[in-house]
Amino acid sequence: MDLSYGAEAEAFRAEVRRFLVDSWQPGERRGGDLKEFIRTFRRNATDRGYLYRSIPKRYGGSEQPVDVIRAQVIREEFGRARAPMEVGGNGMNMTVPTLLEKGTDEQRELFIRATVEGDYIWGQGYSEPGSGSDLASVRTKGELSADGTRWIINGQKIWTSQGMQSTHMFMLVRTEPDAAKHDGITYLLIDLDQPGITRRPIRQMTGEEGANTFCEYFFDNAETPVSWQVGARGQGWYVSRTTLKHERASIGSADGLGNQFKKLVELAQETGRIGDPQVRDSLVRIEGFVQSHRYTSFRLFSCAAAGEDAGSVQLMMKLYLTEIGHEMAQLAQDLIGEHAFIEPAGAGGRGPRGARGPEKWMDQIMGSLGNSIAGGTTNIQRNIIGERGLGLPRDLAMSAEK
Amino acid sequence: MRFHLSEEQTAIQAAVRGTLADCWPMDRLHTFADGADDFDPASWNALMALGLGGILLPDSGMGLLDAALVSEVAGEAAAPGPLIGQLLTVAAVARSGNAAARAHLDALVAATTVAALALGNSPYVQSARAAQVFLVGSRETGLALVEAGAGVTIEPVKPTDRSRPVSRVTFDGAVRHELFAAGDPMAAQICDAALVLIAADSLGGALHCTDISVAYAKEREQFGQPIGQFQGLKHQLAQMALDAEPARALVWYAAYAHDAALDDAPRAAAMAKAHLCDVYVRSTRAAIAAHGGIGYTWEYGLNYWFRRAAFNRAWLGSPAEHRARAADLAGW
Repeated sequence: MDLSYGAEAEAFRAEVRRFLVDSWQPGERRGGDLKEFIRTFRRNATDRGYLYRSIPKRYGGSEQPVDVIRAQVIREEFGRARAPMEVGGNGMNMTVPTLLEKGTDEQRELFIRATVEGDYIWGQGYSEPGSGSDLASVRTKGELSADGTRWIINGQKIWTSQGMQSTHMFMLVRTEPDAAKHDGITYLLIDLDQPGITRRPIRQMTGEEGANTFCEYFFDNAETPVSWQVGARGQGWYVSRTTLKHERASIGSADGLGNQFKKLVELAQETGRIGDPQVRDSLVRIEGFVQSHRYTSFRLFSCAAAGEDAGSVQLMMKLYLTEIGHEMAQLAQDLIGEHAFIEPAGAGGRGPRGARGPEKWMDQIMGSLGNSIAGGTTNIQRNIIGERGLGLPRDLAMSAEK
Repeated sequence: MRFHLSEEQTAIQAAVRGTLADCWPMDRLHTFADGADDFDPASWNALMALGLGGILLPDSGMGLLDAALVSEVAGEAAAPGPLIGQLLTVAAVARSGNAAARAHLDALVAATTVAALALGNSPYVQSARAAQVFLVGSRETGLALVEAGAGVTIEPVKPTDRSRPVSRVTFDGAVRHELFAAGDPMAAQICDAALVLIAADSLGGALHCTDISVAYAKEREQFGQPIGQFQGLKHQLAQMALDAEPARALVWYAAYAHDAALDDAPRAAAMAKAHLCDVYVRSTRAAIAAHGGIGYTWEYGLNYWFRRAAFNRAWLGSPAEHRARAADLAGW
């Protein structure tokens, strides 16, 4: 084993670093100026092959051969320079891969470049009130217009992240009410700027609400062209499997977890508890999991670089991360003591907020519960590990359906 | 950058696994467990014929990672014999300048001289009656090689861990060859390596408990279906896998850090020992619960792994002790 990246990667690192020194000089730019600077910077970085590596050049990508080591070097150097990487969110994680795999040429032309450049922001239209983990139970209805050119959509979607900013949505709608559950769903793209659509932020248990939170959407004779349907009519469930896979792959950054653990140690220091043998024991116990997660991410990375299958462990990363978050939450709750009496400023939100004390951990303490639900609940993850990872027989209720 | 096993490493594990499948089936383990011996020459010779004794020689082209991979498979099979003691004694003697100790080296590598681990203050030593030499000492006091015979008192006890029976051993005036004086960093390195190898044995045991529980859940039927189809049990089995499989990389890292002489190697060894010994105990408990009544019987044999987990947990320091060390080593 060898955790160094090799001479070729280090030469590449030097090249990336030089580029960043030359090109990432935002200076005092603010607002629109900064936005324009970032746009130009991203375009230059893409020209150099650093960003949008898996996206064809004709759609605004750099179309690079798969090289996870180079990709990692790029992430590290951009991170070090605090330079912006690709625009994030559902668009890059889900819409673009789905269109590359299943979209029409027209859809790719229409959407990919605009997504890559950050002009289109995508909301996910999967969950509905009552659908829960049984995603294929969607009831939002799609009917063809009389002339057969448009889908007319009625119903409700919920838990759409970036919902207030979204310009477009990819959604699952029931178009064949008489077909079997999984075969009656169609995958549609829709422009959210139209009279038949109302959106409303969901107030979460954290108190978070407003511009940056999840939304629910109401569709009242909303419309989208039939040419914006991805995959065949009635095959939307299978199209959506592409995107969920991509979502799983993008959850679970080992560095994020490591940073959070460092902050937990700092919290123990700030609150004067770091000398407490029980606290020290709890911290190291949690760190055992944090490091297992980190080194397993090395393992997955290494297998990916070598083109080898890492096996069932890749199915475990989301749940592992979630459980570590719960452990951290419980220790943090112990450490903050009476600071828990104070609601942190900007609770739960991602918007600007001033300096915050130990009470800020209430965000993590509550937010850790969200991780048990979003992107496949913890019990669904256990099913996945048990059935796909360990080869245990499928649950009767689920196998009866499909 | 590489952080998964090479073909050679996978092949070493397969060779050890195959050898143990032949020479250490459950009925041999049962017979050994009810016998009075603390050493099984047949399986020892079969394993050592693979050349394992020299893995930790400085010029072997291998290292602690390879030793850990072997220890993992030994843990999987609940293999008998002082494997960890043998490998570490070779490592220590080969790195020492003591000529009298080094005179044993060839026989130690060939494993015709059996070496048992007697580190720390504990009087309990695995395969003590079979051992011709003992590796004694601690990270603080340095290490020495002690020869069996006069001055070594061995009192057999009824052992909990039936796969690696211990005796109570006292040394008083035995022939002793100093390997590393107090303060020599090599003493600490050998002690750290022991922690990594115990962690690896624990990993193998935990994975084995998970595997056989999963296999049983696929076969065993209740209420007209395999019990592994019931979500309650399925989730427990998923939890076992979740506990053990990601921890594999923690053992790899600790071994790699040792081989690469990284600054955090001592701390990584402490973390791995503490974490994997916890995982092992949880896995054996969960395995017996998953099996139900059959898992609680002697004849099914799960108890051997349960007992081995109990031994590993307390061996050379409890998880709590190593976590306290790890906290200190972090400078908290």
